[in-house]
Amino acid sequence: MYKTIIMDRKDNFLNIKHLYNRAGFGIAYPDLHQFSKKRLSKVTDALLNPEKPITDLHTVTRDEFIAQQALLASLGTKKEQTPEEKQQREEITKARNEKSRDLNIAWIQQMMATDHPLREKMTLFWHGHFACRANLPYYAQELNNIQRKNALGSFKTLLLEVSKSPAMLDYLNNQQNRKGRPNENFARELMELFTLGRGNYTETDIREAARSFTGWAYNKNGEFEFNPKVHDEKEKTFFGQTGLFDGEAIIDMILAKPETATFICRKLYIFFVNDTPDENHVQELAAYFYAQKYDISAVMKKLFTADWFYAKENTGNKIKSPVEFLVNMSREFYVTYNKPQILIQLQTSLGQYLFNPPNVAGWPGGKNWIDSSSLMLRMKIPSLVLNDGILDFNGKADPEDEAVIALNRKPRPRPVKSYINAKADWDRFLADLPKDMKQAELASFLLQPAVGTKISDLVNHNVNLKNTAIAVTSMPEYQLC
Amino acid sequence: MRRRDFLRNAAFAAAGTVFVPAFMKPFEALALDELSLYKNLVVVQLSGGNDGLNTVVPFGNDIYYQMRKNIAIKPDEVIKLDDMQGLNPNLNCLRELYDQGWMSIINDVGYPNPDRSHFRSMDIWQTASDANQYLSTGWIGRYLDSNCATCNSPYTAIEVDDSLSLAMKGSSKKGIALKDPAALFRNTNEPFFREMINGDKEHLDEDNLGYLYKTMIETSSSANYIQNTSKIYQPNYSYPTTAFSNQLKTVSKFICSGLKTRVYYVSLSGFDTHVNQNAQQGRLLQQYAEGMNAFVKDLHQNNKLEDTLVITFSEFGRRVAQNASNGTDHGTANNMFLFGGRLKKQGIYNTAPNLGDLENGDLKYQVDFREVYGTILDKWLDVNNGQVLNKRFNTLDFI
Repeated sequence: MYKTIIMDRKDNFLNIKHLYNRAGFGIAYPDLHQFSKKRLSKVTDALLNPEKPITDLHTVTRDEFIAQQALLASLGTKKEQTPEEKQQREEITKARNEKSRDLNIAWIQQMMATDHPLREKMTLFWHGHFACRANLPYYAQELNNIQRKNALGSFKTLLLEVSKSPAMLDYLNNQQNRKGRPNENFARELMELFTLGRGNYTETDIREAARSFTGWAYNKNGEFEFNPKVHDEKEKTFFGQTGLFDGEAIIDMILAKPETATFICRKLYIFFVNDTPDENHVQELAAYFYAQKYDISAVMKKLFTADWFYAKENTGNKIKSPVEFLVNMSREFYVTYNKPQILIQLQTSLGQYLFNPPNVAGWPGGKNWIDSSSLMLRMKIPSLVLNDGILDFNGKADPEDEAVIALNRKPRPRPVKSYINAKADWDRFLADLPKDMKQAELASFLLQPAVGTKISDLVNHNVNLKNTAIAVTSMPEYQLC
Repeated sequence: MRRRDFLRNAAFAAAGTVFVPAFMKPFEALALDELSLYKNLVVVQLSGGNDGLNTVVPFGNDIYYQMRKNIAIKPDEVIKLDDMQGLNPNLNCLRELYDQGWMSIINDVGYPNPDRSHFRSMDIWQTASDANQYLSTGWIGRYLDSNCATCNSPYTAIEVDDSLSLAMKGSSKKGIALKDPAALFRNTNEPFFREMINGDKEHLDEDNLGYLYKTMIETSSSANYIQNTSKIYQPNYSYPTTAFSNQLKTVSKFICSGLKTRVYYVSLSGFDTHVNQNAQQGRLLQQYAEGMNAFVKDLHQNNKLEDTLVITFSEFGRRVAQNASNGTDHGTANNMFLFGGRLKKQGIYNTAPNLGDLENGDLKYQVDFREVYGTILDKWLDVNNGQVLNKRFNTLDFI
């Protein structure tokens, strides 16, 4: 009897650690210790329904955005600009580029600090699902806030709000989608990447949907505004039905197809459970998601309480994305970045630059994160960040930065070496741990894959837990969660 | 049949055994590797969208001068190649290569429904996708995946950079990125790294963990191979001191030392010239031409030019008309350069851009870039291009 309780406690300990690695960005030892005394379902509920208010990003204020738009409008698009006008334009561009970087840093730091990790993790999921490169930081921020606000709400509301955001209207050219001159970009990606997936619609459906979305646009203040003048009011035939459909009708008809629930649940499964989806589990989730009218919170609870979520084949086997890796490590060791710009350099070097997905399909993920150079860098980063080392590594310039590079006189202006200038709070990290913790026990706590004899042997001769922590986080096993 | 070709064939015929006929005495001393059965491809990427019309200038066409009042290159400055097109004066160093028959220019390379976003268009060029298709593997990566006889080592494709381009990533195999072989060698020979990969191979069967260990082991063996093979070779050619030339110098060292690598990838960035284009582009073109001049002559001197094909591309060309800031905005079709000792059609490959027949102010493409890739895959890398490009593309006859 006594032994069973011990085993249960140990299982619960491992399960909660797994849950927090997948649903969040890892867990601190005291929390894990405390939660493992509770029932798993209670811990899941707490993770899903915290009473904490939602923290929006607010790097760019609305007033600032509107003032800039007004100033730009007054400068006009005249061919011959005065030197002052030119300079004003350049200053706005420069300020916006700076804000884009600030926005990126604000979000990754929010992930590092949040006490609502699931909401940020879901926001990261939707950020990759509704992948978008917004041309203005204000639009990027607003889209991110939509994804956070609805991250655990209704998928329909989320989809509608994303579709009406200036960032997406602009990125997928719906501003240019007008009666008589349809632009199909949004309609195509809506079905191919956001809802149904390939094979569940025809080219006719795309054409007709595009006609239905004509007139969905935004105004100069960055607000959605339906423009009846360019809306195609004639009949459309979509999924074999004929009617006077508008954009919302199309979205309703897409959601009425169970394939949409399947498509979203397969992506959730790949993101939270396993790179290789088990179609039975996906169907189980999809049927529930559909029955629950696309309630994201409900399907996430189902996923996190499923037996298979805790099965051996689904634990310690997912490759952390670069952002998960950085956030996980920074939370784990309470890292303060005195020069937060380094976080951008780390993201670009590792291949996941937030707000800059490679295309509307998002980051491919899984093994795609890893090649020889990115793996070598990942294994080096903990010792650099935790020991305040020097990063002598550059990611490639973002293609959108080429114009800035073009203006620089010197070839390759990017710095070759950068001090990380970060500080881990070792006192706090070590104080969290049990007094008599063995080196191998720390390795087991920090790693998600099971710790075998090789790792135990490697860390056992370490003189202190700090050395063990740095060694363990530099291992290939630490790339998995 | 030339002597070299005969030797190649003889080597193949011997099926693994080093068999050299007695009458070939003078070549007997050559190790088989030095015959370089490995034809090399070097891909040079110009990032930012190089303005092709001020690179290869259509000085014989009045429309060019009408549409580019402030930034057109004057006829007397152009390095004339025929009576229609000539090189930007900053490409002076290419003249010599052109005259030797080591260079050709393909005009108007592009693809249907061109995308004007840097990111998207670079993606399309690197993955060889259609404009409305999203692929997560690159064209060279899929060449590695094809598992052809000569592309199955982890160092088959090397990018001289800190990080690996999408072009070099396949689904099961990836190229290797390195700036400095000695540094990678040091890193993979650190005791901690050795301890991690030594001993038990228990994880290799596991899915993702196995993949990580496999990547480490391959990185380590590649680093050893590349360092040990290339360190013996002493470069004897002097290069300009730019970062771009350094990349080419590293590639040359790899090629000349007989590395069994088939594809090299380098890049030069900063071509997004919206403002005051001529000075910026001129600087970059000069760096490019000086680097290429040294590289091609170095390979020639080391008898490797016949085994090497260099291609240069950019994600798009620029609009035909200049903008109000003495620059140019994002356009579509662009020219590509080819260099090598075995070009079949030297000089200008096809007709000059037709500036009188534009689509919304942009050049129409004559050649799909995947026909260029397809030609290289078929005729240079010895793999059926349909297998790599997902559908079969026509081949051209530049090689």
